Order: sequence, then C-alpha cells, then structure tokens
Amino acid sequence: MKNITKSKNNLYSLGALVLLLGFLAFLQSDTAGYSYQISILERSAIYAVVAVSMNLLTGFTGLFSLGQAGFMAIGAYIVAIFTIPVEARASVYYVSGISPVLANIQLPIPVALLLGGLASAALAALIGIPVLRLKSDYLAIATLGFSEIIRAFIAAPMFDTITNGSYGLKNIPGFSSIFTVFGLAALCIVLMVLLIHSSYGRAFKAIREDEIAAQSMGLNLFRYKELSFVISSFFTGVGGGMLAMFMRSIDSKTFQVSLTYDILLIVVLGGIGSVTGSVLGAFLVTSGRELLRFFDDPLVIGGVSIPLFRSGFRMVIFSILLMVVVLFYRRGIMGDKEFSWDGLFGLIRRLPDRLKKRKTSSAAPGEGGLKQ
Amino acid sequence: MTDKKNILHMDQITMQFGGVVAVNGLTLDVNEHEIVALIGPNGAGKTTAFNCVTGIYQPTYGSVSFQGEVILADTPQGKMRRLYAGDVTPASLTPVHKTPDQVTKLGIARTFQNIRLFGNLTVFDNVLIAKHMRAKQNVFSATLRLNHKEEQRMRDESMELLQMQGLAHLKDEIASSLPYGLQRRLEIARALATNPSLLLLDEPAAGMNPQETQELTDFIRQIRDDYHLTIFMIEHHMDLVMQISDRIYVLDFGKLIAQGVPDEIQNNPKVIEAYLGVSDNVDD
Ligand SMILES: Nc1ncnc2c1ncn2[C@@H]1O[C@H](COP(=O)(O)OP(=O)(O)OP(=O)(O)O)[C@@H](O)[C@H]1O
Ligand SMILES: [Mg+2]
Repeated sequence: MKNITKSKNNLYSLGALVLLLGFLAFLQSDTAGYSYQISILERSAIYAVVAVSMNLLTGFTGLFSLGQAGFMAIGAYIVAIFTIPVEARASVYYVSGISPVLANIQLPIPVALLLGGLASAALAALIGIPVLRLKSDYLAIATLGFSEIIRAFIAAPMFDTITNGSYGLKNIPGFSSIFTVFGLAALCIVLMVLLIHSSYGRAFKAIREDEIAAQSMGLNLFRYKELSFVISSFFTGVGGGMLAMFMRSIDSKTFQVSLTYDILLIVVLGGIGSVTGSVLGAFLVTSGRELLRFFDDPLVIGGVSIPLFRSGFRMVIFSILLMVVVLFYRRGIMGDKEFSWDGLFGLIRRLPDRLKKRKTSSAAPGEGGLKQ
Repeated sequence: MTDKKNILHMDQITMQFGGVVAVNGLTLDVNEHEIVALIGPNGAGKTTAFNCVTGIYQPTYGSVSFQGEVILADTPQGKMRRLYAGDVTPASLTPVHKTPDQVTKLGIARTFQNIRLFGNLTVFDNVLIAKHMRAKQNVFSATLRLNHKEEQRMRDESMELLQMQGLAHLKDEIASSLPYGLQRRLEIARALATNPSLLLLDEPAAGMNPQETQELTDFIRQIRDDYHLTIFMIEHHMDLVMQISDRIYVLDFGKLIAQGVPDEIQNNPKVIEAYLGVSDNVDD
C-alpha cells in the first residue's frame, strides 16, 4: 500500500517535471516574444539557489548571516572577470585598462562559476574562524559589515584595473538557454538537499536544536558551524556568478543590502527550514516584485504627484511585507515542512470544508440578528 | 573497592563564577563498574561538578582525569588570580581543556537535569546523531551517498539500540511530543548510543512517581550490566540512591561534607543536618 502511493507520487512528480520542461521549451521556442517571462523565471531560479543556501545556514543550522549580497558579489565578479571575452575587454575596461595579470586569462564558464563559489567559501571560512568560534550571534552583523566592505572594495578606484570601479563590468557571456539556468539551479539545490538529508545535515540540525546537547553527542560546534557557513557561502557565490551571467552587466550597486533583504524575504516567506518553501518563495517574490514595480515609478493622480512613489519605495513595501510575515505569519508558507503530493491533495480535499466553515461562521451572526 | 580500576578522578576541583564558588575543592573517585551517587541540597554545586567533568565549564582550579588521562586542568589565571576564593591553595597546573565533544569521544556520556533532546527531530534521529562522530565519512562522500554502507551501519546500530530500550515502536515520533518519562528514557538511550564507558545521569528520576522510580532503579542496574558501564549520578530520591549506589558523595555549598557507603551516609549527622537545614526548600 505504502509502495503504491509512493510510486504514484513519483509519477506525479515526473508528470510535473515533464510539464515544467514542456513549459520551458515553449518559452524557449520564442525567446524574443517571451523575454519578459523568461527573465523573471531565470532570476527566480537563481534567487532560489541563494535562498536555499541561506536556508541551509539559517533553517537547518540555526545560524543567521546577512552576507548574501557580499558573497554573491564575489561570485559575480569572479565569473565576470574571467569570462568576459578577451577581445571585448579593452572596451569594457575603457577607463583605466585591465590589469596585465588578468588581461589574457579567460576561463570556461563552469570553471569560473566553481571558482566564484570557492572564493566565497574561502572568505566565509576566514570570517567564520573568529566569529563562529566565539559568538555565533554576531555572525549577522559581521557578515552585513563584510558585505558592505566588499562593495566598497569593488567600487574603490585602486581596484579599477580589476573591477572597473564604479563603471561596472559588461559583456559578460549570458546563458545559452533557460534550460541551462534551471539545470544549474536544480543541480545546486539537489546537492544541498542531499547534504541536508545526510549524516552531516543531521549534525547541523542537532546544533540548531540544542548546542549543548549536540556537543554532548560528540559534535564540535565550531567545526560544523564553519562547515555549514562555508558550504552555504559556496552556493551563494555560485548563485552570484549565475546572476552576473543572467544580467550580462554588473556593478557594485547590484549587490546592495537590498539584495540580501530580497533573499531574506524569500526565505522567511517560504518558511525557515523548508527547501521547497524557499524555492516557492523565490518564484513568488520575484514575480511579485515585478507587480510591485509601479511603487518605484512616480505616480501622478489627477495632476498631483503622490510623494511616496519614487525609486526605493518598493523597499519600504518589502520591509512592511517582511514585518507582516514575521508578526502574523511567522512560519511562512511551508513552515518547516517540505512540499509533498499527499500534503497538496489533502489541502485540496479540505479546502471546500474550510470555505464552508468560514461561510457558516460568518453567516452565524446574521442569523442571530434575524431571530431577534 | 580501591583495588578496582579507576575510571574518573576529580582532583581538588574548584569552580568559581565571579565571586561565587559553586564547587570548592572537590576530590572524588569513580571506579570501574561502580554506581556512584553525588547528592546534596539544591544549589550545592552538583550539576556544576558534572559540567566540569564534561568540559562544558573549564574548572577554575583542579584537574579531572578519565581512565588515567588528564582531560581538564587549570589554575587561576589573569583576573581570577585576584578573585580566587576557593579553599584549596592553587598549585601551578598545566592547563588542559578538552571540549565537550572530545570528552564524549573519549567515552563519557551524560543526560541533563532539564532534558535536552533534539525536540523537533524524530526519536530515531535523536539516537542516530550520536553515531555521526565515529562514522568513517566526509562531507562529500555523505552528500553523494558514497557512504551508504556506513550510513546503513549507523542506522542498524541505532535501531538495535532502540529495540533494546523498548523505544522502537516510537521511532518516527517527534521527540518533544513524547511523555516526560519516555523523554528521559530517550535521553538515556541517546547517551548510550555514543558507546560510553562512563555514564553521567543528572537527576534521572526527577518528576517520577515512586513506581516509576523503582523501575528506573532496575533499569539503571540493567544498563550498567548490559553495556559494561560505570555510572555516576546526581539524584534527590533517597530511596533510589540508597538502594542502588555502591558509594555516595555528599556536597553542600560546593564542599564535600561526607562520603561512604549508603549505610554510613544515612546515619551521618552532617548529612542529616545539611538536608534538614534546607528541608523547607526542597520541593519534593
Ligand atoms: N553559569 C553559572 N554562572 C553563575 N553561577 C552559576 C552558574 N552555574 C551554576 N551557578 C551557581 O552555582 C551554584 C550551584 O549550582 P548547581 O546548578 O551546580 O546546583 P545543583 O547542586 O545542581 O542544584 P540542583 O539540585 O538545584 O540542581 C548555584 O548557586 C548556582 O547559582
Ligand atoms: Mg543540578
């Protein structure tokens, strides 16, 4: 019986996968016509990688980092610097020129992505040594500071020959198709899920649950916190590299704190401790953000321009949304549960009952009123 | 007794928090296969003494040896040199500081006075986590499932342990949803899963009724014999302590006020006074 439902669910998953691939193929068949939809979906997939990596750290290890933008910046710049075609570099670095050391090094894209991830991981290891050994509570502040320092370094004039300073980098090779983006994102997420369900994932969860008990089970707190932080930052770096390829041109402003907040909102909204929640959240928030875009444009009603509506107001709306979620809907969409077909069908079955209940309960006072 | 092999030796352990001397010059021994109890009124420093054995605290002064190896040792340093208020005059000791996880790996397991299970994880996972520290695997082999033999071995051992402990039917329950008594049992099972040679129990009978306490008495003897353990426990239930202990140490205000076999302790005027003096405050 159990096996039958299991194979049935596998069949559903396979069906959903085929549908998704079909849909992507449909979009891919007319990239010009669907460029808007494609760009939203690609960005969502990339954010999903970063959100899941944040969840690995926060939802599964109980550590809180706010360095997403910084680690993404590292991955992004490494991918950009090493993949911009050599012949295009003169036009990209047109102000100060490119450092002769880098001028002729061009790496294949997978190698550059890997390098971006490794560089993020290495920096995370360095930050982790002092912070995670003593006061893990300070990780959020330390990484937030680190994130801003990275941005300052990127924009600093003395690194112009590497990062092209405030002019940013362009001509970054893009993805060949939406399948590449989704495939790469899926690979990263699957690897993280495998980790979470492995013996190491159990160790992370034990630390999240109770540090003292975890120690008494022979787990070295620093070692596993550091491991989780380094792995999370690796995938954040890879996600940053993917973002660079998606955007084709980046500068230090791409990696402002607001990027970290976007990821944070995704994780909180999706549910801290739920991978499927983070993936769902990434798609919801990214497409929702497009809907909210009109908040950033000046709004004129009847000749009067509404003062709040200007660039950056969307951030305010986002912060409010985050607060609302944290205050009233703390567990997010998925809580710490994962998506399952049984759960979905259960929800669909219960839905009519729930609606009915809501109707009768709201009708009740009216009836009372009639009797009087 | 003295010809038995020494397992745990605490030597002049002093633990001072700021100006508070919670444990004051405690010296004690636990020998192989013994059940030794540490008793004393509330706030006497019993749990603190345990924390000094497992490395959660680094003692202010003194040393702890396990199976002849010094695992913790220290002497007041820095500001503590001035603040030190213990009875023992500190001699110079080479500091040794094993962390709690290293202590566990050496073979000391423990339970906690306020149960510390991994509340949101299943009963099975709670036990399985204990197997991680000795597993031959690394993060890559575990992620890519190249460690499936090792993983299977960990799972089999955990399952076997749950079966022996009579908890197998609860394996998929969330730990925090278990009734209190079973949570205590699970915490002991989880400690056993680390393959200890010394088991520290901090008030295992807390919150149990007389019948449950009696069952626990038999259970502790049973696991000592089944797993070839030495047991060192803190307990307030005097019936249990007197029935089960080979030897008893009595702590009051951080100091050792008596030690001996149950009969000696029962009739020791100092012990009676220590307990009577605070009997109003004892909650059970
Ligand atoms: N981390 C700490 N910081 C400061 N004081 C502490 C700390 N831990 C324990 N103490 C103090 O040390 C003394 C002994 O506490 P401990 O918990 O060891 O007592 P106990 O004998 O286990 O008592 P009980 O029977 O209530 O469990 C108490 O006065 C307590 O306040
Ligand atoms: Mg205590």
